[in-house]
Amino acid sequence: MQSTHYNKLQRYALLILRVLIGWYFLYEGLSKVFTPNWSAYGYLIDSKGIFAPFFVGLAENPTLLGITNFINMWGLTAVGLSLILGLFTRIGYIGAMIFLLLFYLSHPPLLFADYILPTEGSYLWVDRNLILLVTVAVLMLFPASREVGVDSVLFRKSR
Amino acid sequence: MNEEEKEINNQGESKTPSAKEVSQGRRDALKAIATVPVLGAMAYGVYRKKKSETSNRNAAEMFRFRSDVAPYSSTASDAEVIRVGIIGSGIRGTQLMHGLGFATPQYVQGLIEQSKANSANTRFQDFKEQEDLRIVITAVCDIFDVHADDAVKAGANIHREGVGGTMGPTPKRYLHYQELLAAPDVDAVVIASPDHWHGTMAMDAIKAGKHVYVEKPMTWTVPETYAIRSLAKSNPHLVFQLGHQNRQIEAYERARQIIEKGLLGKISLIETGTNRNDPNGAWVYPIHKDANPKTIDWKQFEGDPDRIKEYMDYMTSAGLSKYVGPDSRDKFSLERFFRWRCWWDYSTGLSGDLLTHEYDAMNQILHLGIPSSASSSGGVYFFKDGRTVPDVLQTVFEFGDRELTMLYSATLASQFNRSRKIMGHDATMEVGNTLTVTVDPRSEQYRKQIDQGIVKPGEPFYNYIPGKSVDAVSTATEKYFAERGLLYSFIGGKRYNTTFLHLKEWLECIRSGKQPSCGIDRGFEEAITAHMGTRAYLEGRTMYWDKDKEEITRE
Repeated sequence: MQSTHYNKLQRYALLILRVLIGWYFLYEGLSKVFTPNWSAYGYLIDSKGIFAPFFVGLAENPTLLGITNFINMWGLTAVGLSLILGLFTRIGYIGAMIFLLLFYLSHPPLLFADYILPTEGSYLWVDRNLILLVTVAVLMLFPASREVGVDSVLFRKSR
Repeated sequence: MNEEEKEINNQGESKTPSAKEVSQGRRDALKAIATVPVLGAMAYGVYRKKKSETSNRNAAEMFRFRSDVAPYSSTASDAEVIRVGIIGSGIRGTQLMHGLGFATPQYVQGLIEQSKANSANTRFQDFKEQEDLRIVITAVCDIFDVHADDAVKAGANIHREGVGGTMGPTPKRYLHYQELLAAPDVDAVVIASPDHWHGTMAMDAIKAGKHVYVEKPMTWTVPETYAIRSLAKSNPHLVFQLGHQNRQIEAYERARQIIEKGLLGKISLIETGTNRNDPNGAWVYPIHKDANPKTIDWKQFEGDPDRIKEYMDYMTSAGLSKYVGPDSRDKFSLERFFRWRCWWDYSTGLSGDLLTHEYDAMNQILHLGIPSSASSSGGVYFFKDGRTVPDVLQTVFEFGDRELTMLYSATLASQFNRSRKIMGHDATMEVGNTLTVTVDPRSEQYRKQIDQGIVKPGEPFYNYIPGKSVDAVSTATEKYFAERGLLYSFIGGKRYNTTFLHLKEWLECIRSGKQPSCGIDRGFEEAITAHMGTRAYLEGRTMYWDKDKEEITRE
């Protein structure tokens, strides 16, 4: 990668962004882990748009729903830990983007989509999942924040 | 000294370390773990949140109940087969047959096509999988040929198949309900006739030795209410069930327990109501294209002469002739045949059709009994189609002994949702398929918890969602789904239709000899209460209940 020189402030801003997104994922995961009998069922059957049958299908198959619940609880937690600690951040970014893409596709902010679960704010085609998805992509493409975190030791370039 | 520093020092021995390199190594180590404290902050936040949830849970402990609703048990596959006759197979009669597991091949075909068109539509599967109640429909009677033929087809469709499926034995159609009651191959009857026939048919059925499931309201006139009670009581071996399927709503049993424990404090006011806003809800039912004097037995529709006399005696003696008719009773009318609920000549109006459900629900939860007085007002304000029964009705029942009022407020021209509320000094409970308890800011019972901040007055404090094991603190998602009736599928349990459950209870009682939940005593209370409300409306004055004489009086 072409070497770019960031100043200190730029590097810190990117680092803070990474840690905050990590925090967001980690708490989403933990809150599900700590809720007895948490299930993605309600969210999935409330899906709208052209991919809705796929998500509803997940909800209606007990085995797939079990897998989906497990991936949600522990996947979100793992992504959160990865971004906060800076550990295997590349995998963390990709995981985060996959989650966000799935959230976006299952609940697209379409013109006439009416969801049972209320969303705070008003959206048209672009929602927070999409914005966050691009933000994570930006973080991955501008890896200045990688200097801080476990990866900086693990993947230290030999001097 | 940590490993890394050692390493740096070792390197230093061979390469002569500079102070700069040492500090660089320290900085690298620090960078690797710099964000770890963030996890500490997260752990602290999660700990705080869990702690506050635990204290809320403790506060909700008083809302925990040991005895839960009896678990669902299926009808044994070798249970004795009960032979059922259907009297009246119009709109409600058809629904009751569905509850029993019988529908015409055309109806089932419709369900099959719906499920093909939309895989999310599981109505066909649900109907197909509905438990076999171990009954046969041996007889049907309806005075409109089309409805009777449909009931015969449904009764024969024992495998719940679509068009072209294999049918079972065909039930016999009877032209007169008395002939059906005389049939030896009928053990029990389901009565879903117009209101003016309910009591008469139920009594004749008991006289013929049949078990009875009769739709609400139990009676059309006051005198027959006493007659049916004494007849049912002298035939306790015959199981009598009144069709208030709300008796099967699980949340109502929990509501009863909450009140029994005194968690609402002293209850002074109950608010109930009905809000509908479409012609069908206002009883303007479609008129069948094949209906005419040849396909309808109008003579039988008119009613039982004794009942008509009781009705006319009351209307005349109370000076209410303007509410009779306006058409003469023997004049054939398709409107009056299909939309009979709009005329007092056949109907009990909002009181009998919808107030009875609200009252019976509250009677189930609070054991109210018959009110000490009733007053009503309302009018025909929207549906100016010649009807004599009001489309807006307010009835206020006083329960003197219980020191509380029950309000029933209804309109057929607005469907704005108003929840059923049981209002106590300490808390108010909203009752539907779910329960919500909101603590009152001025409560004395919860003073301590309010002051400690454990209970937030004015905010829903307790939610009960049927079928869920942990019922105190539930998530917002669950509440949303529960309120919209999506609940049973949400909790992964099976969803049951209350009409099916109510019929099932009746059949189980026939087999076991037990008493059903809405038997003759509850029916008597329901009918008298509704009649008091109706008379208060018609006469424009308060009606009272003389408990000792068991009479409705005017003072």
